[in-house]
Amino acid sequence: MTSIAKPPVRHPGLQKNALGLTRRDYEGAMSTLCAGCGHDSVTSALITAFWEMDIPPHRAAKMSGIGCSSKTTAYFMRQSHGFNAVHGRMPSVATGANAANRSLTYVGISGDGDSLSIGLGQLCHAIRRGLRLLYVLENNGVYGLTKGQFSASADVGSTAKRGEPNLQPPIDPVLLALSLGATFVARSFSGDKDELIPILKAGLAHNGFALVDVISPCVSFNDHEGSTKSYRYTREHAEEVAPVDFIPLRREITAQSAEGTAMSVTMHDGSTVRFRRVKEGYDPTDRDAAYAYVRHAQERGEIATGLLYLDERGFEMHASNRTVSTPLVDVPFASLCPGRAALDELMEEFR
Amino acid sequence: MSGINDFAFRIGTVNGTGSASANTLLMQSIFRMGVPVTGKNIFPSNIQGLPTWYEIRVSKDGYTARPESLDLVVALNPGTYARDVAKVRPGGYLLYDSTWPMERTLSRDGIDVLGIPFGEMCAEAFTGDRERTLLRNIAYAGSLAALFAIDMDVISEMLKEQYGRKPKLLDSNFRALHMGYDYAREHFSSPLPFHLERMDATGGHVLLDGNTASALGCVWGGATVGAWYPITPATSLMEAFKGYCGRYRTDKSTGEKAYCIVQAEDELAAAGMVIGAGWAGARAFTSTSGPGISLMQEFIGLAYYTEIPAVFFDVQRAGPATGMPTRTQQSDLLSIAYASHGDTKHIMLFPADPGECFTMAMQALDLAERFQTPVFVVSDLDIGMNDWMIERPRWDDRFVPDRGKVLTAADVEKLPRFSRYLATNGDGVAARTLPGVGAKGAYFTRGSGHDRHAAYTEDAAAYQEVVDRLKRKIDAAADHVPAPILRIASDADGSVGPSIGIVAIGGCNAAVVEAVDRLRDRGMRCDYLRIRGFPFPSSVTDFLEEHETVFVVEQNRDGQLRSLLALETGIARDRLFSILDYGGEPLTAGVVVAAVSQHFAGVPA
Repeated sequence: MTSIAKPPVRHPGLQKNALGLTRRDYEGAMSTLCAGCGHDSVTSALITAFWEMDIPPHRAAKMSGIGCSSKTTAYFMRQSHGFNAVHGRMPSVATGANAANRSLTYVGISGDGDSLSIGLGQLCHAIRRGLRLLYVLENNGVYGLTKGQFSASADVGSTAKRGEPNLQPPIDPVLLALSLGATFVARSFSGDKDELIPILKAGLAHNGFALVDVISPCVSFNDHEGSTKSYRYTREHAEEVAPVDFIPLRREITAQSAEGTAMSVTMHDGSTVRFRRVKEGYDPTDRDAAYAYVRHAQERGEIATGLLYLDERGFEMHASNRTVSTPLVDVPFASLCPGRAALDELMEEFR
Repeated sequence: MSGINDFAFRIGTVNGTGSASANTLLMQSIFRMGVPVTGKNIFPSNIQGLPTWYEIRVSKDGYTARPESLDLVVALNPGTYARDVAKVRPGGYLLYDSTWPMERTLSRDGIDVLGIPFGEMCAEAFTGDRERTLLRNIAYAGSLAALFAIDMDVISEMLKEQYGRKPKLLDSNFRALHMGYDYAREHFSSPLPFHLERMDATGGHVLLDGNTASALGCVWGGATVGAWYPITPATSLMEAFKGYCGRYRTDKSTGEKAYCIVQAEDELAAAGMVIGAGWAGARAFTSTSGPGISLMQEFIGLAYYTEIPAVFFDVQRAGPATGMPTRTQQSDLLSIAYASHGDTKHIMLFPADPGECFTMAMQALDLAERFQTPVFVVSDLDIGMNDWMIERPRWDDRFVPDRGKVLTAADVEKLPRFSRYLATNGDGVAARTLPGVGAKGAYFTRGSGHDRHAAYTEDAAAYQEVVDRLKRKIDAAADHVPAPILRIASDADGSVGPSIGIVAIGGCNAAVVEAVDRLRDRGMRCDYLRIRGFPFPSSVTDFLEEHETVFVVEQNRDGQLRSLLALETGIARDRLFSILDYGGEPLTAGVVVAAVSQHFAGVPA
């Protein structure tokens, strides 16, 4: 366990967000993951992101499948409804929930087994559908709960704890999402909050499916020499291409970078994502360039991180469907049921 | 049978040639003459080029089961001539396209063969392959109108309704119709000894298929989310839902939709979507068939254990595996009753015709929310895809949907603590909250072991408390599923002796009703119980106990309903005799009559 239960004391000096809530109001149950697990850092970053975005916890819904990563939805925002569904099938449950109530903020937490093996099809189709969901893929290259089998994201040549090498090529969720038309594709590292938190915030504001692949080392089964998803390997090989600042609409926009080194993208809701150009010429709005960049980084043995691709217009299921803006759960029965006269009239067609 | 307003005929064509519209024309015309009529489409799992048949039964007595013998067969597919000739009852008629000579080996003594050169007539009168092919169908409809004395005014009116806005098409259809009609009148003694005479027995009725009726039940019942994966024979259900939502739920000025239909990547996802939508508070459903039910098993267990409303329409087809997708069966009963691993049991409703598809769709939506659990409307291909003559569905504007126990934010505030899985009264149903209700009402839905507060548990007592309540809850649903319909033999029937019990479900009903009448005419007393819901109400057990001999009629090989009855009621299996019909075609009364008669004659079935 990574922490001990803390008493619910509210220090009067604790910083509050626009809703008057402290960061602690966004916490959940105590984590039962291994001490040092990367997932707990992601949980912490999510708490900060939701808190800083002033999202009322009860207006968010936490969706997950099965696995270590999927357990983490219990460890943040205890005031939100959560749904720990079946293995690999969270996207369909999230689709149904979103279809019924589009007014909630949906966050889905998954892992590399849940997303890239058993749930690969569901992930792909949620992307294609334009489900409005912040999809956090906590990626450690290993099956933790069943004690150390390779997952589909394990790199060729990466070794398991007992030494045997992985021979099958990996599935890269970033390349997958890019090829499927995702409008928000990012990669980060659980150990780099400065990078991860703005990405999560931008993902929450995105009008569509936002994929955030987070390299999140497994301290118990994939943090050894020979692993390519360890803390050490990731720190040494992560290459930030486009560090971002996310500026919500309601906050005053202040320039943080000198003109010429930063590029601003305005999201559909008016908020802004500001890219600082670390790599000369990197254009996060060019899908093909993003794909090529990620591939070239891999060839060099590097992991490209940052917000790698963004189409600020997004692509969203209800917009495609032209669903009414009122959440379907709030549409009164009287306006859903055509009533007696309409049925009588319709039945004339069946004689 | 065979007489005025009491006969049956079959039309054999090649699928993809447009015969469906001609067959519908014939059936609807008979219906509009006030004569009870049923149509059964025997079609291939194919788009073009394979044999397809359409059977129409005219029954002044209102019987809607599939006919046992055919008074006339229209053979327009040379590939099935042999089969079509063999299907004609002795003394019946074969009508074939004499444009091409029929092989002598196919002639048969004891039937009348009528040849009409449909192909040649259409080739002369019309241009283009497509037009000639399509109008050949209207030509045979015209000939049958002459042979059966179908009112030409009625047919003409129907053609006008259909093609009124396309004068050219209307004209060619009229010409084809009269060509066929005139030829038959000139060459054969028309009408035939069995034919139609106007009646007044279809008023207050409609011709409707079950999938359309189910879809209408979902529209009128307030379903807003439909998730599905296309599969025969359930596809037309969601397509109909989509069509009617387009008509009734789309804002005419803005084009905005008060519904959301998602075509999923597979049946697993479709089930997940329905469950997600139900969790969030929408009335949601999927339409599928046996293979889909197999794929959905895991999610069904999740919905059962986490107590989420979800409605599943299973339009059954012949299994196992891919089976025969365009043939009917009732073979998913056991795989639904206890679907998913672990201890589960699910509510099932068994509509017997499209009228019940309409009402049971609404009941399923209500029951799912009342009991917070998956509910299955177990239909079949025969009900779902064939046009049945049913009493006109009606709607009562006073209807209020049963949304079950859903706590509002204000309700939650009154509680010292919200415990999702704690039932406060005897029905075993615990109140739920919907996402977004407020911090105090939030809970974590999990398929893993949970206690009354929805917290994770591996504690034996806390786990058992929840699953024991689930059992009580589902058992209690037996009193809320549609009650069985009992037809008790009357002394006035003149039958004698102790009654035989007959039990059936769903699409078997039409044939069993007819069989019971025929058995009565032979002096056998039959009490008939049609089961309409599962878990079985206690009246089902009572019926089984009250009858020394009970026949269980169903359309599967293994007697799944009989097994379910034995398992659930504890009745001795050796008192339940199976009457099974599982070749994939709709049941006929004759199968039931023969099996019961043979049983008492000591002949093994």
